[in-house]
This record gives sequence, C-alpha cells and structure tokens, in this order.
Amino acid sequence: MKAKTGAGGLHGPTGRQRLLRGAVMILLCVISLIPFYLMFVNATRTSNQVQSGLSLVFGNNLMNNIRNFEKAQEGLGITVFKSMFNSFRIAVPYTFLSVYISSLTAYGIHTYRFRGRKLAWGFIMGVMMVPTQVFAIGFYQFMIKLNLIDTYWPLIIPGMTTPAVVFFMKQYLEGALSLEIVEAARIDGSGEFHTFNTIVVPLMKPAIATQAIFQFVASWNNLFMPTLIISTSGKKTLTMFVQMLTSESFRTDYGVVFLGLSITILPMLVMYFILSRFIVEGVSLGGVKE
Amino acid sequence: MKNKKKPPGRKSVSYSRYGYLFIAPFFIAYLIFSLWPLLSTFYYSLFEYTTRNLRTTISFAGLKNYLSVLGISEGERGYFLTYLGNTLRLWIFNFIPQIILSLLAAAWLTDNRVKLKGGGLYKVMIYMPNIITAASISLLFCALLSKYGPIMSMLRSWGWIGENTDIMLSKWGTGISISMILFWMWYGNTTLLLIAGMIGINPSLYEAADLDGCNGRQKFFKITLPLLKPVLLYVLVTSVIGGLQLYDIPALFNVGQGTGYMGGPNDTSTTVTMYIMRLHTTDTGRAAAVSVLLFLITLAVSLLFFRVFSGSEEYEKAKRERRRRRAGRKGGGSSEG
Repeated sequence: MKAKTGAGGLHGPTGRQRLLRGAVMILLCVISLIPFYLMFVNATRTSNQVQSGLSLVFGNNLMNNIRNFEKAQEGLGITVFKSMFNSFRIAVPYTFLSVYISSLTAYGIHTYRFRGRKLAWGFIMGVMMVPTQVFAIGFYQFMIKLNLIDTYWPLIIPGMTTPAVVFFMKQYLEGALSLEIVEAARIDGSGEFHTFNTIVVPLMKPAIATQAIFQFVASWNNLFMPTLIISTSGKKTLTMFVQMLTSESFRTDYGVVFLGLSITILPMLVMYFILSRFIVEGVSLGGVKE
Repeated sequence: MKNKKKPPGRKSVSYSRYGYLFIAPFFIAYLIFSLWPLLSTFYYSLFEYTTRNLRTTISFAGLKNYLSVLGISEGERGYFLTYLGNTLRLWIFNFIPQIILSLLAAAWLTDNRVKLKGGGLYKVMIYMPNIITAASISLLFCALLSKYGPIMSMLRSWGWIGENTDIMLSKWGTGISISMILFWMWYGNTTLLLIAGMIGINPSLYEAADLDGCNGRQKFFKITLPLLKPVLLYVLVTSVIGGLQLYDIPALFNVGQGTGYMGGPNDTSTTVTMYIMRLHTTDTGRAAAVSVLLFLITLAVSLLFFRVFSGSEEYEKAKRERRRRRAGRKGGGSSEG
C-alpha cells in the first residue's frame, strides 16, 4: 500500500528522499574535495602551524614556503618543473602512439576480411588483462640488451601496445563507420592508408580524444615503470619527484611538503575540471562492454 | 545471381591483404615488447643470480627460486605469500565499502522517481580523485595523517587519541588508511560503470514491476542486481587484477624515516609489486619468479571470470546467435565457392 502511494508521486516521502539523497551526494562531493583543499591551505602555513592542527583558513607563509622549497629542491638534482616537463615529453609521444596505432589496428580488424582476423581479435581480447608489471623484469633485461636503460624509449614504445584502447576503438568504429564510405573513397581512387588518415581518423575524433586523455593521464601518473628504467636525476619524471619528497630534507618542513604536493597536483586538477565532461563520458562508455 | 555476387567477393579478396598491414605495427610491437619480455621472464625465473664481490654469477636453478619465495625450501620465509596476503588485505577493505557505496550512489543517480538535481556535477566530483596522480595522493594522506601532521595533532589536542598514537607504527592503522585512500579514489569510477550498466536495463521491466506493486527495494534486488551481473563481474575482475598490481599508494604511504624503507611498519604494507621492485636490482631470478606467480594468479582470476560469465544466460544467448549467423554465412559461402 505504502509503496503505491510513493510510486504515485505524493510529494511527502519522495521529497524527503530527495533531500536525504541530495545531502549524502553533497557530502560525498565535499569528501572528494577536502583533502585537496587542506593541501592548498597547509601549503600557505608554517610547519609549526601545520603541526598545531587543522585550519580551513589560508595562512600567509606561502612566499616563505616557496623559498624553502626551492632551497630543499637544490639537493635533488632536478626541479619540480623540469620533472613535469620530462613527464610531458614522455606522455605526448606515448599518447600519440597509443591512439594512432590502436586506431590502425581496430580499423584493420573492423574493415578487412583477412584470414586470421578472428584470431587476431581473440588475441587482443586475451592480452587485454595482462598487466605490465608481470613482464617488467623481462622488459628491463631486454632494455639493458638494447642499451635503452635510462632513456625515455622504454616508457614511450609501450604506447604501441595498448589492447584496451584497440578494443575501445573497435567498439566505436562499429557504431560510427559504415563500410560504404570506405568503398566510395576507393571508387574515388583513394589509397587505403590515405582513406584511413583523411576520412576514418576525422570520423573517430571523439573516440580518439577520449582515449588520448586517458592514455596521457596513465603515462603521466605512472610510477612503476619510470622507477625501473630511469636513474639519472635530471631525467626523473614527476611521479619520481613526488617520491623524492618523502626524503628527509622535505619531511622536516610540513609547509614545504604540502607546497610541493600542491605544485605536482595542480596541473592535473585544472586539466580535469576543463575536460571533466569528456572524461566522465569516457569512463561510462568504457564500461558498456556488452 | 552468380554475377551479382562475384564483384564484392573479388574486391574483398584484393583488399583484404591490407588488413595485415594495418594490424602489423601493433602485433609486431606486442610480440617484441610484451610477449618476448613475458617469455623471458619465465626463462629468467629458472636461474639463480648470486652476487659476490660485485660479480654476478648465473646458474641454472630449476624451480629453486619459486620454492624459496613460496617458503617451501628450508630456511626461507615465504615472503611471496606474506606480501600477497598484504595486497589482498589492502584490496578487500577497499573493495567491500566501494561496491556498496557505488551501488547505492548509482541507484540514486539513475532513479527516475526521485530525480536529483545536479547529477552531472556529482559524477564529476566523485570521479575526480581517480584522475589525480596516485603518488601525490599517497604522500598527501601520509602528510595529513602522520604523527605530527595536522589531523593527528588536532585529535591529540582534543584528547581523542593518546600522546603516542601513530598510525604509521600500527599495522591496521596503516592498512586501513591505505584501503580508505583506494576506496576514496576508486568508488567514483565504479559508480560511473554501474550507472552505465543500470541505464542499459530495459525500463519496461521497472514499469511492469510498478504495476505489480513492487517497492524500490524489491525492484533493486529482483531486477537491477540480477541484470547488472555482467557489469558487476567486470568491475570485480578489473578491481582484483588492478589490486594485485597495487604499487603507487603503499610504496609512498609509509616510508620509514631515516631508513627510507617502504611498506612499514615491519613490511605489513608491502605488496607483491613492491617486492618485485625490491628484488629486481639484486636478484633477477627471484624477481622473475615472483612476476610469474603474479601472472599465473592474474590469469587464474581472468579465467575464473570468463568461466562464471560464460555460465550466464546473456552469454549463452550471444553464443547461440553467433552460431546461427555463422551457419547462415557458411551456407552463403558454399554457394559461392
């Protein structure tokens, strides 16, 4: 009986539900934000203030913290901005390789009826779940043999082999590309790769943009592989810089640690709020696997 | 009839070889940079690396590395099992609250009867922690929660915790903190996946249930959950596999002061991948053996998933459909050939 009145849309119970749910959701949003807010606040306070407890009000020690941060940075052999630049230099070609090679592969499997096509697709599905970490030891030894240790190549080349992106691209092509377009291009005398680059890639733009964001983030946030491959201070990536913030010279001054963290997090935070719509959409799309 | 069918057939033959060209870069790169390293990891795991006076000697060891990391051979502690246990403990205390909260949030955000204002904004906000660099997040929480950090200092001044309370010295304090960070980072992602799954459920089922007088709870347990099974399994498997590779958060959260030793206190937050990283500079053989064991566990989890999934009705239906279509095509093909 009660359920029926609820379903009928009587204002009382539904309204209360809405209020409760809205309050919980807003609380969750606050929980998402609060650690970052505390980080920015503490970046502007002195170490003593940080140690005396929480505050939601910004302090006035920011300039001092910046000076101390720069001083502490000198011992590391790399600055935070240099490490960011290094991460960027790796993430851009990695992302480009990932989306381009994956699109090529997905298009090849989607468009052409060649022998072994099913097998190729099965292989991609099969290796999608194999994580990099399980063959990192073999990869490392192989890179030693190729003399590529302490270069960026071992961090960029794996962009060519991202089966999950191939999977996503093929799903997208199935909905977005009709083979008649390809046929029409052939009649117009367009070569196969020319067709791909001038007709198919523009068609795939939304999918490429989404996946590019995720691949860029994946490369930017990666800690495991750079730790394995890079040893020279000047070549370290942003995540490796963050790891160095755990060292003694930083730990003694809390204000400086929070400032360092703020600098490493801010670019991602800004990027997220600019691109959040695509990102949230992309996550939802990736999940619709069946 | 024959004339009509011939041209497309001929065309597909002449163009089909391009397929190989398009897929070649991926497959060549995969064979060289992933499959070969994987096979060589198997190979390295069979050798013993002993370093004396800066010289490393390599000798065939059979399964010795496996026996020692599993603690089967004499005088060896089974570090692999300990660290695997740590990894699973950190994962499970993140996953249970994560799936509960995600189901609830997803059900609320897709409920048409109680429409929430600003659904898009909620999604953006709860997903946000997932995209931020995990290494930075780990260190952020480490700084916030360390003994003289702001949160602990405040609780101490309120008299809520003792003078010497330090979660960095407590196995469960550290473990639960790491699990909560993971939970906080990942529930938004899971919620978005579940929302996508829930939107895919045919709305007429809910209308029929409404007519039969079902309440919200009945609809959730009798319609939403059963039909969400594939998505739930997908979430579970990706979460387990991701959890098994757990590295960034525990590697930075509890680093011993002065020693720089990760995974404190007393290695209780050391994960399998941290173990691989620790071994790799000194003992390639054992590091490889741990990698292979991790690979086998990952493989077992994936296979189990496909097994469970292939038992489900949707899969059977899809399979029947595929078979029917294939039979249809074969019929056409034989008339052509």
